[in-house]
Amino acid sequence: MALTAAAGADTFPKLLVRNARIYGARPAMRHKDLGIWQSWTWSQVLDIVRAYAVGLHRLGLKRGDTIAIVGANRPRLYWSVMAAQMLGAIPVPVYADAVADELAFVLAHADVHFAAVEDQEQVDKILSVTERVPNLGLMIYDEKRGLRDYDHSRLHSMDDVIEAGRKALADASVVAWLDAEIAAGKGSDPSIILYTSGTTGASKGVVLTNERSINAAADTVKFDKLTENDVALAYLPLAWVGDHYLNYAQGMVSGFCTACPENADTAMQDLREIGPTFYFAPPRTLELLLTRVMIRMEDAGFFKRKLFHYFIGIARRYGERILNGKPVPLTGRLLYGLGSLLVYGPLKNVLGFSRVRVAYTAGEAIGPDLFNFYRSIGLNLKQLYGQTEAFLYVTAQPDGEIYSDTVGPACPNVDIRIAEDGEVQFKSPGMFTGYFKDDAKTIEAMTPDGYVKTGDAGFFDEKTGHLKIIDRAKDVGRLNDGTLFPPKYIENKLKFFPNIREAVALGDKCDFVCVMLNIDLTAVGSWAERNNVVYGSYQELAGHPLVYDMIEKNIAEVNRSLAADRVMAGAQIKRFLILHKELDADDGELTRTQKVRRGFIAERYAPLIKALYDGSKEADISTEVTFEDGRKGVISARVKIRDMKTEPVSAPMGKAA
Amino acid sequence: MRAPGGPEVAAGEVLLSVENVSLSFGGVKAVSDVSFDIRKGEIRAIIGPNGAGKTSMLNIINGFYQPQQGRITFKGEARAKMRPHEAATGGIARTFQNVALFRGMTALDNIMAGRTLKMHSNFFWQLLRHGPAMQEEVEHRRSVEEIIDFLKIQEIRRVPVGRLPYGLQKRVELGRALAMEPELLLLDEPMAGMNLEEKEDMSRFVLDANDYFGTTIALIEHDMGVVMDLSDRVVVLDHGIKIADGTPDEVKRNQAVIDAYLGVAH
Repeated sequence: MALTAAAGADTFPKLLVRNARIYGARPAMRHKDLGIWQSWTWSQVLDIVRAYAVGLHRLGLKRGDTIAIVGANRPRLYWSVMAAQMLGAIPVPVYADAVADELAFVLAHADVHFAAVEDQEQVDKILSVTERVPNLGLMIYDEKRGLRDYDHSRLHSMDDVIEAGRKALADASVVAWLDAEIAAGKGSDPSIILYTSGTTGASKGVVLTNERSINAAADTVKFDKLTENDVALAYLPLAWVGDHYLNYAQGMVSGFCTACPENADTAMQDLREIGPTFYFAPPRTLELLLTRVMIRMEDAGFFKRKLFHYFIGIARRYGERILNGKPVPLTGRLLYGLGSLLVYGPLKNVLGFSRVRVAYTAGEAIGPDLFNFYRSIGLNLKQLYGQTEAFLYVTAQPDGEIYSDTVGPACPNVDIRIAEDGEVQFKSPGMFTGYFKDDAKTIEAMTPDGYVKTGDAGFFDEKTGHLKIIDRAKDVGRLNDGTLFPPKYIENKLKFFPNIREAVALGDKCDFVCVMLNIDLTAVGSWAERNNVVYGSYQELAGHPLVYDMIEKNIAEVNRSLAADRVMAGAQIKRFLILHKELDADDGELTRTQKVRRGFIAERYAPLIKALYDGSKEADISTEVTFEDGRKGVISARVKIRDMKTEPVSAPMGKAA
Repeated sequence: MRAPGGPEVAAGEVLLSVENVSLSFGGVKAVSDVSFDIRKGEIRAIIGPNGAGKTSMLNIINGFYQPQQGRITFKGEARAKMRPHEAATGGIARTFQNVALFRGMTALDNIMAGRTLKMHSNFFWQLLRHGPAMQEEVEHRRSVEEIIDFLKIQEIRRVPVGRLPYGLQKRVELGRALAMEPELLLLDEPMAGMNLEEKEDMSRFVLDANDYFGTTIALIEHDMGVVMDLSDRVVVLDHGIKIADGTPDEVKRNQAVIDAYLGVAH
C-alpha cells in the first residue's frame, strides 16, 4: 500500500528496524530511575528487543500466541510489546489497576499463555486468579523485589530472558532466524488486542492490525507534523488505545522519543522536567491540574492573587483569538504579552507545558470553559474524537480552526456519515478488524456496508463543517415536558468548578433535573483547612452544611448559565445531593478510563434517586465498596438533599411565549 | 572512634542478647530482670499492654537508658554501658513512636541524613561540596535513591516532611533508619495511628526490608494482627516482667498473655 510505504514499513518490527537505521543515535525512550533520567537510543532499543524476542521464543512464545502486558508505563513493558510483535505474537495490554476479576476475564478471554508484568503486585494478582486462567504458563517480571521466595518454575525475570536471548544471538544462525521472523511478519497480522473499558457491559477485545495501525498513525503524524525531534510523556494506561496510539504507534512512525515517568504519582513533576512537545490529557486530568492551580492561587498572597485573576481575565478576552491568529487590538496584544511574561509563561512552566506544540484532549466531552482556559493561556490544546474501534482518531481539530463545541472535521482518509437516527458512523484507515472471539458483537458494531457504528449522536455544524457530538446517543433524553436533556452537558458545566469532582445528572423521563455530586477532596479539603472546618473523612466533609452551601452557589451559577440558553433553560437543576462516597472504578461505578456508568449508578443509588424525586429532605443509603485488595465492605450513610432556586427563563427570542 | 561489637554474626545466630536487665526510675520499676535474645535475620516483636516497659526496653537496647542491673551482648561483645551514638556506629538504627524527623528538610535530605555516619570526607570538603565530598555524596545519593525507590516515595522526594501526611512521615523515618544500613533495626510502634491500608503498606515494607536488605528487626507494636503476621518470635512484657517468649502461635495460646491482655485481677 502506498501509505505504508510512506511510513517505511508495514509492521511494527520492521518500523523498529527502520528507526534504528535512520534515527539510530536519537533517543527512543527515556525513563526516570533512581532519580535520574535514563535514555535509550533507537539502535539500543532494537538490540534489546531483538534479544528479548529471542529469549521469549526460547521460552515458547510463537507466532499467533497472545501475551498479556500488565503494569505501568515502563520502557521494558513497551519493549515487551515490541518483542512479542517481532515474533508475530499478539500483545494484550491490561489495565494495571484492574481488580483480580477484570484481570481474570481478560486473561481468560484473550487466551494468554504468557504475561509480561511489572512487579510483585501484578504477579500476586495473577496468581490469585490462576485457576481461572489455566493456559497461562509463564510470567515474566520487570521488578524483582519481593519475588525471591516465589516458585520460579513459572516466573522469569526480564533481565534473564533478555540476557539469554543476547547470548543466543551470538550464534549467526539465530540472527538469521530472527531476521527471517521479522521479514515474515505481514501487515495484515494482528498487532495488538485492546480491551475496551466499556461504559456498558463486559469489555470486548478490539483486534487491530499492523498495517492499519501504521497507516492511521502515519496520517496523524503528518497532520500534526510530528518528527523525530518531538518528545511525549507516556503516563496514561498502557491498555488504553490513547497510549498505544499516541505514544507507541506515533512514536514508531515518527521516531519521536517517549518518556516514561518515574511512577504514576510523579507524572506531573516528570512532565515539567521532560518538557514534552506533544501532549495528551483527558479532560479529567486537565480539570485536576486546573483545580490544583486554583487551590494554590487561593493560598497565594493578595498581590499575586490579584495579578493572577487580572491576567487570566485578559487571557479569556484575547488569548483564544491570538492563538487562532485572528485580529486583536494593540492594547489587547500588549496586555496579553505582559500577561505571558508575568502569569501564563510561568504557569505553563509549572504545568510542564512550556514546550508543548500540539496538545490533545479526548476520551469524553470537555467543558468549554475548561477548554478555553487552557487555550487562552496559549496552550495549543485541540480536541479529537475517536474510539478504540477506529484506533483512536475519527476527527481532530486542525491548527487555527478550533471551536470548543465541535471536535473538528474528519481526519485524513476518514469517511464519516451521520445515520438517519443521528448516530455517527465512520470508516477509517486504522479501524479494527473485529472483536476477538466475538463475531456476533463485531457484526452488531458494523453496518452491512462496512462502516463502524460509534453509538454517539452527532451532526455536522453547518457553519464550520466540523462534527459536533451531542452525547452518547442513548444517554440523551427528554424531560416530561419535552425539554432536551443531555446529561453530559450539564455535568461538564458542574465539573468546571474545582469543588466538584464528579457529577451525575438525572432527568430523562422525569419532571425536572437532579444531580448527584462528588466533591473534590483536595479542593474542598484545602477550603476546609482555610475555614477551620474539621472533618475526619470524605463522608463527613461531603455531608457538611457549609460544603452544601458552597456547592449550592456553584449550582446556582450553572443554573444561570443554563437559563441563558434557550434550549437548555428548562433543564435547570432543581435538587441536588452530595454522595457519601467517591465514585470508583473498583466498585464498577466508573470505567477504568473514569467515565461514569450511568445504568449501574442508577441501580445502585436507586433509594437516593427516589428521594430526589419524592421531595424527601434526606435519604438513607448503604452501598457495598471494594477495597484495593479486593475485599468488600459496606458503607452506610444518611445523605441530605437540597432544593435549588431556578432562574427565570429569559424571554425566548423571536418565539411567541 | 572504635565501633563497639565484635565480628560478623552469621544468620540465625544470636545478634543481641539481653540478660537479667532491670531498670527503674526512682521507685518505679520499668523493667525487672528481663532476658531474651534477638537472632540475626529475624523479625522480633516486643508486645505488652500499656506501661509494660516496651519502649524502655528499646531505649535500653540502643543505649538511651542505662540499666541498673544486667548485661547486654551485641555481636558477641558484652557491655554495661553504651551511648546512643555508639549504638548507631555499631549498627543499631531506630524509629520513634512519635515521628522524629527534621521537619523543615525534604524527605530526600532526611534520608540522606541517615547516611552521615557513612561519610568519611572531612568537614572542609563537605563545606565546599567538592572533590572527595562530591564523589562521596554521589555514591550515598545512589543508596538513598534505592531506598526511596524501595519505599515508593519518589513523588515526595523534594517535599519538606513537615508538609507530609503522618503515614508518609513514618515511611520517611523508616527510610532514614534504613539508610544507615543497620544490622539491627528498632521500630517503635511503626503502625501507630495508621489506617488499615497504611498498616498493610508498612507491614509490606517491614517484611521487604527484612527480606531484601537482610535487616534484623525488633519492633514494638500494639496491633496484634500485625505482630502475629510479621514476627518470627514474640516476647511479651507486662508490668516490666517478661511473661512469655516464643513463636506467635505459642504466645497466643499462653494463659499469662491472655490474662494480661484481658485484664485479670493481679
